[in-house]
Amino acid sequence: MTKSQGTSPTTNTPVEPWNNPSTTPLIRFENVTKRFGTFAAISGLSLDIFEEEFFALLGPSGCGKTTLMRMLAGFETPTEGKIELAGHDITPVPPNKRAVNMMFQSYALFPHLSVYDNIAFGLKRQRMPKAELADRVAEMLKLTRLEKFARRKPDQISGGQRQRVALARSLAKAPKLLLLDEPMGALDKKLRQETQFELMDIQEKTGTTFVIVTHDQEEAMTVATRVAVMDEGRIIQVATPDVIYEAPNSRYVADFIGDVNLITGTAHPRNSGIDLHWGEGRPIFHCKTDLPFTDGQTCYLAVRPEKVTIHAREPESTNKVEGKILDIAYLGNISTYHVELSMGHILKAQTANNRRIARRSFTWEDPVWLSWTETAGVVLDR
Amino acid sequence: MMRRHLLILTPYLWLVTLFLIPFLIVVRISLSDAAIAIPPYSPILDWRDGWPGLFAFINALDFDNFVFLAEDALYWKAYLSSLQIAAVSTVTTLLVGFPIAYGMARAPKGLQATLLILVILPFWTSFLIRVYSWIGMLSTEGYINQVLMGLGIISEPLTLLNTQIAVYIGITHTYLPFMVLPIYAALERLDNALLEAAEDLGCSRISSFWLVTIPLARNGILAGCFLIFIPTLGEIIIPSLLGGSDTLMIGKVLWEEFFNNRDWPVASAVAVLLLLILIIPIILFQRNTQRQRELEAQ
Repeated sequence: MTKSQGTSPTTNTPVEPWNNPSTTPLIRFENVTKRFGTFAAISGLSLDIFEEEFFALLGPSGCGKTTLMRMLAGFETPTEGKIELAGHDITPVPPNKRAVNMMFQSYALFPHLSVYDNIAFGLKRQRMPKAELADRVAEMLKLTRLEKFARRKPDQISGGQRQRVALARSLAKAPKLLLLDEPMGALDKKLRQETQFELMDIQEKTGTTFVIVTHDQEEAMTVATRVAVMDEGRIIQVATPDVIYEAPNSRYVADFIGDVNLITGTAHPRNSGIDLHWGEGRPIFHCKTDLPFTDGQTCYLAVRPEKVTIHAREPESTNKVEGKILDIAYLGNISTYHVELSMGHILKAQTANNRRIARRSFTWEDPVWLSWTETAGVVLDR
Repeated sequence: MMRRHLLILTPYLWLVTLFLIPFLIVVRISLSDAAIAIPPYSPILDWRDGWPGLFAFINALDFDNFVFLAEDALYWKAYLSSLQIAAVSTVTTLLVGFPIAYGMARAPKGLQATLLILVILPFWTSFLIRVYSWIGMLSTEGYINQVLMGLGIISEPLTLLNTQIAVYIGITHTYLPFMVLPIYAALERLDNALLEAAEDLGCSRISSFWLVTIPLARNGILAGCFLIFIPTLGEIIIPSLLGGSDTLMIGKVLWEEFFNNRDWPVASAVAVLLLLILIIPIILFQRNTQRQRELEAQ
């Protein structure tokens, strides 16, 4: 499965069709706009999704991710633009004629049908021969470990089992594309994590292209090959989870995914990077960046808390600030220190709790130093 | 503890005094013979005669009236025709009521309350007035004939009033809300995602209607049907006002036996048999509501 690619920044990575201009995408959104009345849910959106991808649409509620998914399913038609599936324009094709199936957020299991009949529902509609149908349903029951529950009604099984029935039902017709609308929204955290790995496993086994809608960034990072971060009907960034996290293209993405320290200032290019001035009497930070900045241009430095080191004494570092501990958020495995700088700014630093809590090095009101390297942060221009 | 028993006792007390005791009195009258007296039947139990009097009283009771009902074709024909009229009106009410309920359930949420009031509104006028107004509509000089003749569709007025059709129209119209409300309640709860899921899995709009909407509205449809069938079986006002001389309904027969012939024992026997016939659909109806309640509890 692995091959090195010239265009890829890293070697020994799985196939990355989005970096290979000769692959044709499975799904292509071309300049799609969807308006409800005067409200534009999606505006001028173009996006390619490739075969066998596990693609996540991530964003806050109302960002248009659900509308985008419903357009793929056929429940909404774009006001402008077109959507292609495997090279064919599917814009005018109704939902019951698309090789696309959807797993609904509420699961939408038919309450009057047994687990078996729910899974068989789509197959019966395409008039699959009886023997073949029985085999296919048995295969789906096995895949989702539901063999024992085939005769039960949806109200006689647990939430986690219902979720698996919904998945089995939507996979039964072997769609080219499976849409998952907040598939784990109704599960508790522990079950959700288990299910995420199960889902990845099933996606790999069946080789189906998955598009998942979620507002849970951790979920998107865990399951997806690529993540599209959306806001107000637009895609802000599409990239692999590590790029989204390590190299966000905007403050919006940096802030939406994980925790981040954002420092606003002006850029002064120097030494394949910039000096960041962020106020009279404040220390100047030096950061590496590939972005071209003009002298005096407004820029934003985004540094993840786990890349900020906390010291008791002044460290040897290009980027360092002094402050005192305002708050400690103890999360068991890690602690996040909120450090108030002398100018009133608050920065967050995270450390792993590799010692017992009684032997913690810092406590409230302690004067400390924070530092980070020249490459720890990302300099953003928007 | 005491209070809970009292609470449970209340409905039983109500049923015993207002249903069971009157019913037993009716059964007792149905077993006696008609007489020209006050009350118009015999024997009459006189407690002063003691035990011998009670035995004599019980010996005088018999099933003659039921034998009479079985032997005279008029009665079982009336029962059969009542069953037929009740069944046909249940179907016509369903055919008219379902689309109304469906339309209401699919209407915008804000409009639904208004539509609900419009369905209930006819209850605010008297049942009798509603039936009477159909006479004005259906009679030979009635509005329907006037309009049809005015439009030149017919040259001779149609005979609508005093026919079986008039009875069906009357029942369908007056009982319609009883059909619409339970079906609306069932359809309104139907999650739209289920219909989308059906469509997503390859159903056309029509097949998702038959495979998802109808099965899930089933309990509402059954409840509506029972609510029409049970009271129409014994209906008396609509067949006497709108029906013709050939409209034979058991309610009408009962009325005639009781008031015109003053034959209380036969009238009671007719009533007892009617109740026995109704017991089957009533038990089915009870089971249906029970099941629906269980479904809702989940």
